[in-house]
Amino acid sequence: MDILVYGIINSVTLSLLSLGFTLVYSISRLPNFAHGALYITTGYFIWLFLNSLGLGYPLAVMLGIALAGLIGALMYRLVLIRIRGMEISEIIATYAIGLAIIEGLRWGGLRGTTFTLPSFASGFRDILGVNVDDQRLLVVGVGFSVFALLYLFVRLTRNGLALRGIAQDERAAMMLGIDSDRMAVVSFAIGSSLAGLSAALILPLGNIVVEAGYNVLLFSIAVSVIGGLGSWAGAIIASFVIGFAQILTEKFLSSHFQMVIALLAIIITLLIKPSGILGRQKELEERV
Amino acid sequence: MEVRRKERIDRGIKVRSEGIYCVSSPKEMLYVAGPRALLIAGLLLLPLILEMAPYWKRVVNIMCVYGLLAISFDFLANVVGLVCLGGAMFIGVGSYMTAIFNVYLHLPIYMAIPLAGLSGALISTLLLLPCLSLRGVYFAIVTLMYPLLFTRIIEALNILGGTNGITGLDSFPNPYLENYVIIVLLLVFLFGLRRLMDEDIGLVLRGVKDNDQSVRASGVNVTHMKALAVFIASFIGCLGGAYLAHLYMWTGLSLFALDFSIIPIAAATIGGGGYMMGALIGTFILVPLSEFLRFFGTFRIVIYCLILTGFIVFKSEGIMTYLSRKYSQFERWAKI
Repeated sequence: MDILVYGIINSVTLSLLSLGFTLVYSISRLPNFAHGALYITTGYFIWLFLNSLGLGYPLAVMLGIALAGLIGALMYRLVLIRIRGMEISEIIATYAIGLAIIEGLRWGGLRGTTFTLPSFASGFRDILGVNVDDQRLLVVGVGFSVFALLYLFVRLTRNGLALRGIAQDERAAMMLGIDSDRMAVVSFAIGSSLAGLSAALILPLGNIVVEAGYNVLLFSIAVSVIGGLGSWAGAIIASFVIGFAQILTEKFLSSHFQMVIALLAIIITLLIKPSGILGRQKELEERV
Repeated sequence: MEVRRKERIDRGIKVRSEGIYCVSSPKEMLYVAGPRALLIAGLLLLPLILEMAPYWKRVVNIMCVYGLLAISFDFLANVVGLVCLGGAMFIGVGSYMTAIFNVYLHLPIYMAIPLAGLSGALISTLLLLPCLSLRGVYFAIVTLMYPLLFTRIIEALNILGGTNGITGLDSFPNPYLENYVIIVLLLVFLFGLRRLMDEDIGLVLRGVKDNDQSVRASGVNVTHMKALAVFIASFIGCLGGAYLAHLYMWTGLSLFALDFSIIPIAAATIGGGGYMMGALIGTFILVPLSEFLRFFGTFRIVIYCLILTGFIVFKSEGIMTYLSRKYSQFERWAKI
């Protein structure tokens, strides 16, 4: 039973982590290799706001998330907009920015166990006979509400529809007067603040360590490749696949193999169905 | 007010020497061969010049390893169009393979290094094979993951020496051999790859980057060509790794470090991609720079990344393209 409960928690965590990456890729076709860096930066800034500026917890979290969104938007506006369409440069530039942020934080002293965020909710609850702490339940709850909100946002609002338009067919969307660059900025802002949100929710469960930046990036890449790059529903399904696979390996092998499972899943996906679980639409474009 | 524009005219020798091969006078020959001769002579003399500074001789060795990685990155990225974000994978695989051959199987050093290069290249190519039949970011993603994955597996299974690494590799018999092995390797691969680019196969490889559908329509298997390119590039990288392991007489997890991934990328971008030469120039700038910045620790990576991003955005042609334009063209202001 604990496999089921922790599997679901782990899967929702993974999909929260990877949602930002998938969203940015699906809309602007840019792989945001700085995703993990934004995640860890938000955690660090929330810590700073709490401990150096002494702000209240809700305010610090909101500021942190807003800041992540701002960094993402600026990254597109200042750097990526100039190299749009040059695939090699896009990959290298986002990777370099991400590395600069992560290694800068490491140099700036983000080491050891001093950096922890207090959890929103403390306490335990009994679910289906398994003891679960409230913070993890909060992660699941917020996760599901974020999925629902995003679903409503892209279906009901003007900006959301424009985002979907760009994602489906950029040229046709531009003909209808949707500004592709503006939408890319919006997508980067939303994607980055999603990274920030997941950091605010998940980091209280452990220490803020720099290595988490790399792990988050790798897991979110794994999830979105397996789900089909750019497919949101696919990403959510894929995070359940990987989430349960990880819990099972942790139970029967050792937690060292979590990363191995993610990569194996990528390789198997690329061998069998390169477009991922739900990426049927772009299948022809991506095969050589 | 008089309006003027900058006019660029190719030097006559460039026009004649480019493709037509009608270079006659000694002056023209010197013009064509000069820069190349300067590089070869400079590299070969470097260990002798630095005779008094053994520390910097070692830096030259490491610089040449980075140079090998940089030309292999440049070859993959700017010729074949595959962005490899994990050059550390080649270094690590090569160094572990040579450790296996040398320490476990007791092969002598002159057999261990080439064998490590070949077997490492084979392993790397097989591992990367699944993403070669795809376009887009998959190759970058998978190469990004492999170095981290190798580290995790070696840690988790505690194989191949675990976190301590493998010690007791043979060192080079004498310091001159140590210098010249890597310098000659670098020169051979530099000019070998440039030669390869001028052959038919180079044309096909360029085609894979620019228009893979037309390559396919010509009856050439794109995946085979990509696999060949990855094999060549990883062979170069693995040789560098094998050399490095024997230089340190040790191999371990730190040979999968991030430096080996990011410095070649930065070097190829700063130097200007596509002709291997630029990547080498970038390495000659970055690696000594990183020695001066040793004090900063991981902050060096931040500096590389900022330089890299700056070059990509503002000066994407790179230093090499700029220099060769100055070398082979006149510039003058002309009236419009």
